[in-house]
Amino acid sequence: MPESILSIRDLTVEFDTEDGIVHAVTGVSYDLQAGEVLGIIGESGSGKSVSVMSVLGLIPQPPGKVVSGEAVFKGRDLLKLSKRELRAIRGGDMAMIFQDPMTSLNPVLTVGDQISEAVKTHNPGTRDEAARDRTIQLLDLVGVPNPEQRIDQYPHEFSGGMRQRGMIAMAIANQPSVLIADEPTTALDVTIQAQIIEVLKTAQEKTHAAIILITHDLGLIAELADRVVVMYAGRVVEMGDVFTIFNNPRHPYTLGLMNSLAKLEGDQEWLQPIPGQPPSLVTPPPGCAFHPRCLLSQGRTRCRAEVPPLREVEGAHLSACHFAEELASERAPLGAGVA
Amino acid sequence: MLTYIARRFLYSIVVLVAASFLTFTFVSVSSDPLAPLYTTPNVSRESIDLIAEKKNLNDPIVKQYWYWVQDATTNKFGTTLLTNQPILPDLWRVMKNTLQLIVAAELIAIVLAVGIGVLSALRQYSFFDYSATTFSFLGLATPVFWLGLMAQVLIVQVYNWTGHRVFPIANLNSVDPGGGVSFWVDRAHHLVVPVMVLMVASIATYSRFMRASMLEVVNSDYVRTARAKGLPERRVTMKHAFRNALIPVVTVVALNFGGLLGGAIVTETVFSLDGMGLYFLNALGTGDPFPVMAWLMITATTIIAFNLVADILYGVLDPRVRYD
Amino acid sequence: MTDTKHVPAGDERAQDAETRDLGAESVGRPASAGDRPGAMATIEEPLSIAEPDLSLAYESGVELRARSQWAYARIRFFRHRLALGSLLVIIVAGFVAIFADRVAPYGYDEIPLDNLLNSINRGPTLDGWHLFGTDQLGRDYLSRVIFGIRTSLWVALFVASLSTVFGTAVGAIAGYYGGVVDNLLMRFTDLILTLPGLAVLLTAAAFFGSGDPFKVGLILAFLFWTGIARIVRGVFLSLREKEYVEAAKAAGASDARIIVRHMLPNTVGPIVVNATLVVASAILVEAALSFLGFGIQPPNPALGSLISAGQSEGFRLWWLVTFPGLVIVVVALAINFVGDGLRDALDPTQRRVRA
Repeated sequence: MPESILSIRDLTVEFDTEDGIVHAVTGVSYDLQAGEVLGIIGESGSGKSVSVMSVLGLIPQPPGKVVSGEAVFKGRDLLKLSKRELRAIRGGDMAMIFQDPMTSLNPVLTVGDQISEAVKTHNPGTRDEAARDRTIQLLDLVGVPNPEQRIDQYPHEFSGGMRQRGMIAMAIANQPSVLIADEPTTALDVTIQAQIIEVLKTAQEKTHAAIILITHDLGLIAELADRVVVMYAGRVVEMGDVFTIFNNPRHPYTLGLMNSLAKLEGDQEWLQPIPGQPPSLVTPPPGCAFHPRCLLSQGRTRCRAEVPPLREVEGAHLSACHFAEELASERAPLGAGVA
Repeated sequence: MLTYIARRFLYSIVVLVAASFLTFTFVSVSSDPLAPLYTTPNVSRESIDLIAEKKNLNDPIVKQYWYWVQDATTNKFGTTLLTNQPILPDLWRVMKNTLQLIVAAELIAIVLAVGIGVLSALRQYSFFDYSATTFSFLGLATPVFWLGLMAQVLIVQVYNWTGHRVFPIANLNSVDPGGGVSFWVDRAHHLVVPVMVLMVASIATYSRFMRASMLEVVNSDYVRTARAKGLPERRVTMKHAFRNALIPVVTVVALNFGGLLGGAIVTETVFSLDGMGLYFLNALGTGDPFPVMAWLMITATTIIAFNLVADILYGVLDPRVRYD
Repeated sequence: MTDTKHVPAGDERAQDAETRDLGAESVGRPASAGDRPGAMATIEEPLSIAEPDLSLAYESGVELRARSQWAYARIRFFRHRLALGSLLVIIVAGFVAIFADRVAPYGYDEIPLDNLLNSINRGPTLDGWHLFGTDQLGRDYLSRVIFGIRTSLWVALFVASLSTVFGTAVGAIAGYYGGVVDNLLMRFTDLILTLPGLAVLLTAAAFFGSGDPFKVGLILAFLFWTGIARIVRGVFLSLREKEYVEAAKAAGASDARIIVRHMLPNTVGPIVVNATLVVASAILVEAALSFLGFGIQPPNPALGSLISAGQSEGFRLWWLVTFPGLVIVVVALAINFVGDGLRDALDPTQRRVRA
């Protein structure tokens, strides 16, 4: 097994709000291996973004608070670093791409200014011309045409896809070894999404960075990810390599996600939504948080009483369902291969 | 951008003309400006008629308005009705005085309010934030004139206890201020309390806006991006948040000029300052429409100019704004 | 709805239907298998053990979601402690104003006989209940302030109702039809904004006449209605595009019906908040006008003219200036806090100022 570059252990994050304490992330552990693409998937509010953002100190504190856990990056626990040390890593060896390129760039500064700022911050003493050359080079790399002109334009003069390319350029400016892409294509048109996926692939080839891909888009996961972490209500409910997760899900939630996916081929006549609503994170359901919506639980007492631990069901395939085994045989009759 | 400004400018002139016509009509129709003369003992009926004739008071309103426009544009707003004094020299004098009061109050208010607003936003729900919020709620609920009077009460009480007069509580200058530097020192000394009274409402208003604007920006995606880049917090605040947060506040400040003049009218009355406010109230008191019209036109022009400046500044600060 | 003891087990579909009828979108447990063909075919676990009451209990969202928008607003308002305290202040002030004749220890212009001899210009004292002192004629100042509150509140309420009714009507028509009315409204607003508000009021008062509360109220309303009109116009412009308005139009509802039944109820929040804030500003502006001698004048009692009269006494009699002003501040502050609380309650998209 390759060495892990980022290792998150028992991470618990809470937000203190007027409505009570929101348990955004509870006891989450996963590893990111060098050079791989790790997909984190879940509904909005499942804690998939918070688990990563909190590690980088990017959640507002207060109300957010990392209650416990560790996040070891290249031998150092990020949660124990000083603000200054963390800053040196942020945007340097670990960089982020955000969801909405329309709002993630500062509207009153030129795109070039914002990218070269990333270069200069992590390479103090870089001269302006050098930073500018590097920025043009980066814009070219992510496929922005005429970078010499585009560098002096403002974000509003860029289209959504071009802005996201700019964001990616900013993220890879300092050759990061970990690249975190938080819903990088969600806000974009479908045709642009495909282009951005290509840019991400290129970026990974050039930088050899490991990528954490946070998304609720299963198609994007199928396209890019090597391994998948499925999150629900702030916990990891299933983890495994992408083929296993798609072909042989061992958690009813993952199964539900697969079934709710629109497919072009197959004999399915309508989408099958997961019944019910995402749970409240202030007062999560007791036991397994998914049980009120679960097709497998059906009022079984154990689901209401015990929080299912994340356990191995088959080699490196982990599931947090008391009855994961029941899904093994289950898969066949549903048929209609997902991947 | 030039065409935009030109278009705005032309529109402003139309508004100005419409405003002047409406006020002129209202002022002329609603009362007889010569009324005070009828009861003045040694003014004969003939001389009153002469004044009415000379000022065209017997013509139809539209004609009167046209005469007034000519008078205003070619003859510097003409003369007063009752005393036949030229209007503009007096108006200039009081404008200079009011300007000193307003500029001093606004400059201090803007600096303080921006600072308070930014700090409040950065330390939301802190003791400082609560104090600032309390202050601005109080500031917005306190009538300016009463605040001025309370300052005077306080100064008089201090005088009664200590025999020491900390600040003058009336007039722009002492009876004999001297010349040169000592004149201005005396003037500044007289303006301290009025300026402090006048700026309270501005600070209260602007700091609320600055706080709200800053809070919005601080929680925006691009500030998160700046942080994710690894920028030091100071730089995130100053370069990425502050400038963006300032944009809406600029407009608020520029558009508040009318309100500020209202505050000046009241402040000048309380402190007997020879400024535009007292001038206006005196003109209203005599019922003479001409100085009132002159005053309203000059302030309206200034307000329109401020609106234009706000528009242009907005464009300078925010590259997204396009003038077309 | 959680009392399920009498519902026979297995009758779950009826139960699901019942909870749905109560407005709960999120049913505590999945509906029975028959609802979704195919999905559950291979699950072995029997379906009969379900206990809907338990599962509903911790789905805290269910009960809340059934509440109406107004119930939510009420809850949010009552959580706002400052607004609640301020409401109390306003109720007390209103009570004092309405029953001024009974509440005030003396009449507005009453000069108690023995005061003439030994209680002229007295500072606040418990002696004879002159809590705010007496003036230069020996009149009880507390009573004068109480009658002043009555006038000020009356004028402010008059201004708020008049400008709200008129402004809402104009704003609704401008926002719904656009065109000439809209253009006229916006141009008129431009016109008014070109001049300093206080100067406009002073000019109007000087030439139109002032003195009695009714006239002063009319003049103030003339300035205040445009603000409400613009707010209502803005909301209507956005509501016009909403599906339910289009649906009502398609169904052949008359314009008047659409405006009154479909759009106005959705504008109530901003209107109420603004009307509240107008009350506070009207009190402040009326006081300033009266102080300057262009508002309510004696013999009508008003806080502003009381202060003005107090000022002319010099500052030896500090209570003459202090108390009426203090009352203005307290009342205006309370109304602003209530307005703030109402804004938070009625417009949940705005973040609450924690207090």
